Amino acid sequence: MSHDASLTNRNFKVVGTRVPRPDGVDKVTGRARYGADATAPGQLVGMILRSPHAHALIRSIDTSKAEALPGVKAVITSADLPDKVNGRRDLLDILENCMARGRALYDGHAVAAVAAIDAETAKQALKLIKIDYKVLPHVTDVDEAMQEGAPIVQPWVRTAGGDPNKETNVSQISEFGHGDVEAGFAEADVVIERSYKTEQTHQGYIEPHACLASVGPDGQGELWVTTQGHYTFRNQCAELLGMEIAKLKVTSSEIGGGFGGKTHVWMEPVALALSRKANRPVKLVMTRDEVFRATGPTCSTSIDVKIGVKRDGRITGAKAVLRYQDGAFPGIWGMLGAMTSWACYDLPNVKSIAYDVLVNRPKVAAYRAPSAPMAAFAVESTMDIVAGAIGMDPVDFRLLNAAKEGTRASYGPTYGPIGIRATLEAVKNHPQMKVKLKPNQGRGMACGFWFNFGGQTCATVNIGVDGTINVSVGTVDVGGSRASLSLIAAEELGVPYETVKCTIADTASLGHNDTTEGSRGTFSSGMAIIFACRNAIEELRNRAAKTWDIPVQDVHWQDGQAVALGIQHSNLQPLTLAQIAAKSPRTGGPIAGHNEVVADGAGVSFASHICDVEVDPETGATRVLRYAVIQDAGRAIHPDYVEGQFQGAAAQGIGWALNEEYIYGKDGRLQNPGFLDYRIPVCSDLPFIDTQILEIPNPGHPYGIRGVGETSIVPPLAAIGNAVSNAVGVRLTHVPMSPPRILKAIKAERSLAGDRRVSAG
Amino acid sequence: MKVAVSGPLRDAVGGAAAVDVEAATIRELLGRLVDRYPRLEAQLDAGIAVAINGEIFRDNWSEPIPAGAEVVLMPRIQGG
Amino acid sequence: MAGVHVSTTINGDPVEFVCQPAEVLLDVLRNRVGLTGAKEGCGTGDCGACSVTLDGRLVCACLVLGAEADGRAITTVEGLASGGRLHPLQEKFIEHAALQCGVCTPGFLVAAKALLDRNPDPTVEQIRYALAGNLCRCTGYDKIVRAVQAAAAELATDAAQAGKSGKSKKTRKQTAA
Repeated sequence: MSHDASLTNRNFKVVGTRVPRPDGVDKVTGRARYGADATAPGQLVGMILRSPHAHALIRSIDTSKAEALPGVKAVITSADLPDKVNGRRDLLDILENCMARGRALYDGHAVAAVAAIDAETAKQALKLIKIDYKVLPHVTDVDEAMQEGAPIVQPWVRTAGGDPNKETNVSQISEFGHGDVEAGFAEADVVIERSYKTEQTHQGYIEPHACLASVGPDGQGELWVTTQGHYTFRNQCAELLGMEIAKLKVTSSEIGGGFGGKTHVWMEPVALALSRKANRPVKLVMTRDEVFRATGPTCSTSIDVKIGVKRDGRITGAKAVLRYQDGAFPGIWGMLGAMTSWACYDLPNVKSIAYDVLVNRPKVAAYRAPSAPMAAFAVESTMDIVAGAIGMDPVDFRLLNAAKEGTRASYGPTYGPIGIRATLEAVKNHPQMKVKLKPNQGRGMACGFWFNFGGQTCATVNIGVDGTINVSVGTVDVGGSRASLSLIAAEELGVPYETVKCTIADTASLGHNDTTEGSRGTFSSGMAIIFACRNAIEELRNRAAKTWDIPVQDVHWQDGQAVALGIQHSNLQPLTLAQIAAKSPRTGGPIAGHNEVVADGAGVSFASHICDVEVDPETGATRVLRYAVIQDAGRAIHPDYVEGQFQGAAAQGIGWALNEEYIYGKDGRLQNPGFLDYRIPVCSDLPFIDTQILEIPNPGHPYGIRGVGETSIVPPLAAIGNAVSNAVGVRLTHVPMSPPRILKAIKAERSLAGDRRVSAG
Repeated sequence: MKVAVSGPLRDAVGGAAAVDVEAATIRELLGRLVDRYPRLEAQLDAGIAVAINGEIFRDNWSEPIPAGAEVVLMPRIQGG
Repeated sequence: MAGVHVSTTINGDPVEFVCQPAEVLLDVLRNRVGLTGAKEGCGTGDCGACSVTLDGRLVCACLVLGAEADGRAITTVEGLASGGRLHPLQEKFIEHAALQCGVCTPGFLVAAKALLDRNPDPTVEQIRYALAGNLCRCTGYDKIVRAVQAAAAELATDAAQAGKSGKSKKTRKQTAA
């Protein structure tokens, strides 16, 4: 049955309330089971040997000594993972990332794996594997990788549409925009051009990748795994290993954070291959060192931005050139940076050109609104510089140029109703804007955009004979979605929240669901649940009609009960859902509703952040004093968890802005693969993070949901950059703005000021 | 009908920012584009999205394209 | 290598196990005793996900040897609730939405309880510094700090009432139930 996805509900009974989450007790008692918390009879311990080199030819691998060690049950290399995908490039890249095929492409690249009876034996076996490497020249910096003569990371890569004979590290050049930017710059009174760099950061989920894999000689398998998309993991593992999709059952464990990093497979095919070879279950858990070195962080970038503006504040031309490194395999991350860079503004002439570049670093994965924070850092920093140059308030300048309904987005389509202006108005009225700043303190603000997605989704609603409701969904609960999805089912059926139990189904129990990415969990599963509930309500009406022996069209569903319409039925008392369910064995059997949908129509979302900092001019250390997030949620189903998403995203952005970075040595090795040296914000680093939820309903969702998880990681880099620059009086252009970088910028400005004094004298 | 082509898809249509195609559904649109620009097929296989009047659809074949609609062919995107 | 025989108390129960001399307490708890509430986030004492108390002192179970538990008392997250009743910290974490993915939650609860045991009325700053050894990547800590404040307030109220009525807290709760 096809259903109307357009916005229909604006009066909610339970949606918008702050109910306790259904997985709360399990998670506060230690009972919740995550990736590493499962065991199977006879399980082995899997471990992976990783390349110590940034780039090397693997001449030979000798596993004989490891295989001979008592207690070792399987040793595998890429020879055990042959190409089963007919050279399909995207899948082959994933396979090669799971296990090097003749060449190690980055420090940490897997080269062999073992399964043994215990961890000690497995560790010992790894030491017995002999690998003959020929070290090759490497490149880890995005700008260096683009230069002529740079070491080539993947010899087969050609720039899409470029010279078919030329080896290159540039896998793709993407251009977006409209109008004539050069004409726009010519028309401008002031043109500002700046360059920026951002360093590589990791999602930093606290739970390392972990799985328990089991494959038998009959070709049937099971995988328990921490993942954002167990259906995607099932399909990828089955395809890479030549298994049948239906015969691999994947169960998603509780997930200890993902933020995009658990959207595709890293070592799960290796665990399955080990299990297949050993014919025993294999548990494989990454160490933190492995997580940093060998899973997908986000890109480091180098970006040029140029803005031309009239004295009255109207932007006449805007251009960005973005260089993003995707690690050792081609990606679309630069392209996403180009698409998002100017999305906040209504621009007559705009152009973004993105270069996707290969380097000898781990394969980049999505990280919360992937690619948008770096582009926003460059654009929003330049916006502040431009506002300063024409003597305009930075908020007013943004408001004057902000996108609105009917604006053609820089990436192509025309916007429907959107919230960017509302967030900016809220910034103007926010009490934080009136707090007086002291010496060495600065205030900054910035805007951010993210698309939000939908995608393939299913849901099943089963009604028990006691009137309680089981909801099964296939999107993983990454931040409290079981609570919000239960609220949606309760709302649609008209029953109390407490009667609904929402479960994440395994891959054998529900049809395919796309990965929980792009802030799609509550949007898409919410839509499928609403439709499944509507199907269930049809059946509930049928059963009521049968019970009353009246035509079904006379039965209306209202507030959780069937009501007989019409004067001729005025003697019939309404039947509650529970009453109808109790009779279901005799009125046609179990009552359920299903829905399978491609949830299109995800609503774009915007956020504006305000940040106050204090910078110690002696040490360069920055303290965030006050922070406020204002974001359009479309509709906040569970406000606590919407606020939680806003606060968590802001905190990740703050860490990125001030501290976090991958530091590679000259040898191409990652120097800080641990939480001590890769420092994410701790409790004492942060203030309370103020949140303001705006609700501008998405017309493409029955409840107006837009998706909320990602957008608020976009503004912090620039908001903090603007605040720090205002505090120290020097423009910061390199993220993270760690104490040494801030000190360097202050010193450079002082010596420049000294030069100016000398030349003036 | 003018179909705007964005990003890396432009290369497959000879660098054009927009092409003229008549189509009543996404299926017709994609079929006619591939007939005319065979290099686009690889991109379509990899996944694209079609925005109709500002609303982003994937390649849902049956989605109707109203007369006079704004149509943008976009690369498929990924999120966190 | 010969195993070490260890007699210890975990969450009030006598427990015996044999472990390798180099085996850390976290692995013993998770792999030998079946208590998987403490998590390994780093294995280097940087994330606090494996926080437990050893004779009342907050430690990272990944930095303590299993053999060191001999003759001592360990409390893990599994030991916070008493019978069917959650500890006020556990209740307040749920009520204040102080968890998202929840993988850091066991460590936070154990660390927060260790704080409130020695300082029943901490300031926000004291809470933030006491919990600075526990990493959370989901929440930005905002709701965690508020939950700890709320739990401290409830424990103080409980203690005051228990003092007034002259009954122990436990008795009062049981009467109320």
